[in-house]
This record gives sequence, C-alpha cells and structure tokens, in this order.
Amino acid sequence: MSRLVPLTFALPLLGVALSLIAVRHRRVQRIINLACLTASLAVSVVLLVAVERDDHAVVARIGGWTSDIGITYVFDRLSGLLLVIAFTTMLIVLVFAVGQGAGDERSPSYHPSYLALAAGIAAAFSSGDLFHLFVAFEVLLMASYVLLTLHGEEGQVRSGTTYVIINSVESLLLLSAVGLVYAATGTLSLADLPAALAELDPGLRTGLQLLLLLAFGLKAAVFPLFFWLPDSYPTAPSPVSAVFAGLLTKVGVYALIRTQTLLFPDQHRLLLVVVAALTMLIGVLGAIAQGDVKRILSFHIVSQIGYMVMGLAVGGVAGVAATVFYLIHHIPTKTSLFLVEGIIEDSEGTGTLDRLSGLARRSGPLALLFAVPALSLAGLPPFSGFVGKLGLITAAVDRGQWVLVGVALLVSLLTLVSMAKIWLGAFWGRVDGATPPDRDPTTGGILRTRPTMGSATALLVGVSLAVAIAAGPLFALCQRTAEDLTTPGRYAEQVGEP
Amino acid sequence: MNLALVALIGVLFATGTYLMMHRTLTRIILGVGVMGNGVNLLIIATGGPPGSPPVIGELGTFADPVPQALVLTAIVIGFALQAFLLSLAWRNWTLDGNDEVEDDLSDRLMARRDAAESEAVPEVAPPDDDVAGEAPPPMPPDDGTGPGGPAS
Repeated sequence: MSRLVPLTFALPLLGVALSLIAVRHRRVQRIINLACLTASLAVSVVLLVAVERDDHAVVARIGGWTSDIGITYVFDRLSGLLLVIAFTTMLIVLVFAVGQGAGDERSPSYHPSYLALAAGIAAAFSSGDLFHLFVAFEVLLMASYVLLTLHGEEGQVRSGTTYVIINSVESLLLLSAVGLVYAATGTLSLADLPAALAELDPGLRTGLQLLLLLAFGLKAAVFPLFFWLPDSYPTAPSPVSAVFAGLLTKVGVYALIRTQTLLFPDQHRLLLVVVAALTMLIGVLGAIAQGDVKRILSFHIVSQIGYMVMGLAVGGVAGVAATVFYLIHHIPTKTSLFLVEGIIEDSEGTGTLDRLSGLARRSGPLALLFAVPALSLAGLPPFSGFVGKLGLITAAVDRGQWVLVGVALLVSLLTLVSMAKIWLGAFWGRVDGATPPDRDPTTGGILRTRPTMGSATALLVGVSLAVAIAAGPLFALCQRTAEDLTTPGRYAEQVGEP
Repeated sequence: MNLALVALIGVLFATGTYLMMHRTLTRIILGVGVMGNGVNLLIIATGGPPGSPPVIGELGTFADPVPQALVLTAIVIGFALQAFLLSLAWRNWTLDGNDEVEDDLSDRLMARRDAAESEAVPEVAPPDDDVAGEAPPPMPPDDGTGPGGPAS
C-alpha cells in the first residue's frame, strides 16, 4: 500500500513530461491530463479507504531512509480527505476549461502547468517533513505563476508581479523558518519535531511558531496578510482563478492545521482568535464594498479562511473537526461559484455588476447554479455550509468563545448581504436591451450554448450538495481526523520506524 | 558559530529587505536574490561549526550533511524563481516601457471614486475596464536594439 502514496503526485508529474512532449497536440494533452488526474483521484480514494480500514496512516519512505534524514510521505486521514476533494475539483475544472474552448486552454503550456499544480498540491498534502513541504509549495507556486501569467497580457503581468513577489517573500520566510527549526531541534521530520520542540525554551518556541505562522498565514491570506489576494486572483481567466480560489489558499490552511495541532498544540491561542475574527470581518466588509463579481468572490475567500482559522483557534477535537469539514465544504463550493462567474463572463463579456442584469430571466438553471453554492457559503440550513458553521459555532460555544460566535454569526449575515448584492445586480431585474441578440440567439440559452461548461459547473455544485447530504458520515470522519490530529504522539506513533 | 558568518547573514537580510521595499521590479529581484543567499547561508550555518567536511571527517568529526543537501535544493529553486522573475520583468518592460510594480486598477478606481464622492463632485469616473489611472507611460525608443524593440 505504501508504494501507492508517491503515485498521487508522481502520476501528475509524469503527465507534465508527457504533455510537454505532446506540446503540439492539444487533444493528446487533454487526454493525458484527464487520465493522470483521474488515476491520481482513484489512488487517493484507495489510500483513504485503506487508512480508514486499518485506522493507521500509510507511510512511504523514499529509498528506505528513516524519517529524520530521508524523505517521508505520510498519508493520513487529513491528507486523504483533502486529496480526494482536491483532485475531484481539479478534474471538474479541467472539464470546464476544455469546454470553454477559448482562452487559457489554447496555450500549449496550460496542461503541463495544471498538472504540475496538481502534483505540488498532492505532495504538499502528504509530505512528512517541513523542508519537503517547502519544496512542494515551490512546485505548486511555480505552476501557479505560469498559469496566472499564461498569455503575458498587461493586466496579467501586473497582477502576476504582485503575486510572484509576495510569494517569493513567503518562500524566503518559510525557508528561514525551516532553517531555524533545524538549528534549534536538529530535525525537520514532522514525526520527531513535537518531542524536540517540547524541550525547547518557551520563548524560542514562540519565535519559531510566529515565523511559521507568518509564512503559512501569508499563503493562506489571513487578516493582515491578505492584501495580495484580491489584487491577483481576479485578473486570471475563470477556470484558473477557480482552482486558485478553491485550492491554493487551502494549502496554506492545511499547513496551519498541521503545524498548529502537531507542533505547537494549545500555544498562543489568543493570537489565532484575534486573527480569525479580523479575517472574517475584514474579508466580508471588503466584499461588500466591491462592484465586480470576481472581486466580491475573491474577498469572500478571505472571510471564509477566517472561519477555518476560527475552528483552529477554538481548538479541541470539535474545533479541528469543524475546520476540516469547513475545508472540505469550501473547496467545491467556492470553485463552483467562480465557474458560474466564468460562464457569466463568457456569455456577457464582463463581470461588473453595473453592466449585468436579468440573468435569472434569461437562464433559470444558471441562477440556480449560483444560488445553491451562494446560500451554502452564507450558511443556510439545507446546505453544507450550514453544517460547517454549526460545527464551528457549537465548538466555540462549548469553549466559551462568545466573541468568535458573535463575529461568525454577523459575518454569515454580511455574506448573505453581499451574495444578495450579486443576485440583485446580475440575476434580478429586466433583461438588458443593450445585449446584442446575436450573442444569445435563444433566450434562456446561456447554458444551452455551453453544455460542457454548464454540466461541469452542475457537477461541482452536485459535489457540494453531496457534501451536505453525506454530512453525517463525513462529519464523523472529520471527527476521527481531528482525534488523530489532536492526540499528542499519534502522528509519531503512526510514522514510527521501519 | 562563526561571528563573521552571522554578521554577513544579517547584512544580506538587511540589504535584501531594503531593496525589496522599492517599486522597481529590477531592485526587487536583486533584493530577492540577495535575501535568498542570506537564507541559504543561514541554513548552512545551522549545520554546526564550520571547517569539517560533510562526509569524510576531519579529526573524526563530521559536519552535518543534511543542511548542505537542503541548501542545494533551495539554491536550485531560487534560480528557477529568479529566472521567472527576470522574464516577468522583461515582459513588463516590453509592455509598459518601465518596470514599476503598479497598484491594482480596481483599487485605484475605488480610491478615486471615494475621493470624488467626498468632494461631492458629480463627475464620477465610470467603472470602465480600460480606464487607466494615468496615461500609459511612453514606450522605450523603438530602435530595434533594446530588448523592447521588435524581434525583427
């Protein structure tokens, strides 16, 4: 079984090589990309089932070296859950991008970069030491740089520049944190670090924790460090920004979860509480101020990250379980919102609210595809967002974190307000007479002329609904994940020595 | 640990940070490079006292080989990053004729709208996609010799 673990990212890497060879044949590139992502998804599902059956993480040691000097991959429940949902989302977005027909997918570098992104994400989720986490981050960052500036147009280069510089600084911070952790403890393996860190001077431990929080917080776009995100994501084409919105910041959140639960349990919780509350509030206030669908959605990412940090700040099994569930709910939901935005932009040529009107009258299904994930993000009862928020808020009530409860409820309301802003601006109202009729020959045919894009989006909304329907067993699984994460010594015991 | 090495790391970090504070992309790239070298030296310094070779020990002592392996990886990644940043700067220069890191368009539009509203000026800039904050800077002299010139 352990031989399968490296396949989750080796298959996409192999795909990178193959699709670079097939650089002139877009059809071949598509098949390679689809095949590699499907195979990786299948491997992840098999591994997750195995982990669940044996109640033990699958550990792969490259070259048979021990975990303190070799590269170790640890595939536990958290990695499994995130990988399955990540590959599912990437696969559906790929179908959407192919269906879009124009734009990014025409570039010969699109498919290799996309696969490299998948490989980086997969390696980050299952890496067993801090330095390898850095390397996986670099792989996915490099792929995301290319995807963001694929055509080298003016807007892309401008926003790409900000993004690349911010992430270079983040990489340097992470690398120095890795160096200092090694200097202080003499190991980088996540299995050995908890014991080694516990022996350190508390001041030194705080310093290391802050440095790691700074690096991962920049990646996850938490409150004081989020400014780059709304500037860089919206200029990318929709399928690309959908993947970025769904997955890239979540890798930062994943790293925060790992380091907080494993390396620094119950340390400096107040800082996380403050960061979580401010991230939620500032993100949603920023969203309300915007007038463009993509920018509203981008600011929402920030406020949703706040919810995930909130679960982490509350802590305990309940808090961490709610965070993991929120992550799983957020990835497909947010991505599908960006896909809907992509369809709007493809059909109307703009995402500015002032210029959109009456979309609901022209395409009822499209309005439905927007409404379901939007209500889910706001946390209304039948949808998956409700379960996640309920979990977060009960965990916070149990711990007496009343401020967080209040902020979370207020932000839910404000999320609804800003979603209503998109709804009123774009979907409601009369059909704009200025829309040239040739762009849309059959009224209500926005989706009919884009069957692949429409069905890909519908499929992703379906995934997000499935998360809601399977909320019971899924939340139980998240709880077991959280128990794994919050039990000290569990990770080290699972990794063990060969 | 060697004091000179520590001082050098400090100087590299300081210089890198200073350069990164600028708005011109070339200086930022230099800053990233300088600071990246500082970080690499920092990792080397974590490997313990200098002087002993990593594999065959001198007087029976081994230097820790792990940081040296780490730093090799970090250097390679740093090179790739620098190459990408340089190509980005070059692309920026061919498009704009400068290598300034600009503000986001929507941010500028929004700031201008706020200013217009507070001064109660009725003329509010329409949120048009192609409204730039200011006139585009002139292109570099098109003599075909510079990197911005036509590829001919």
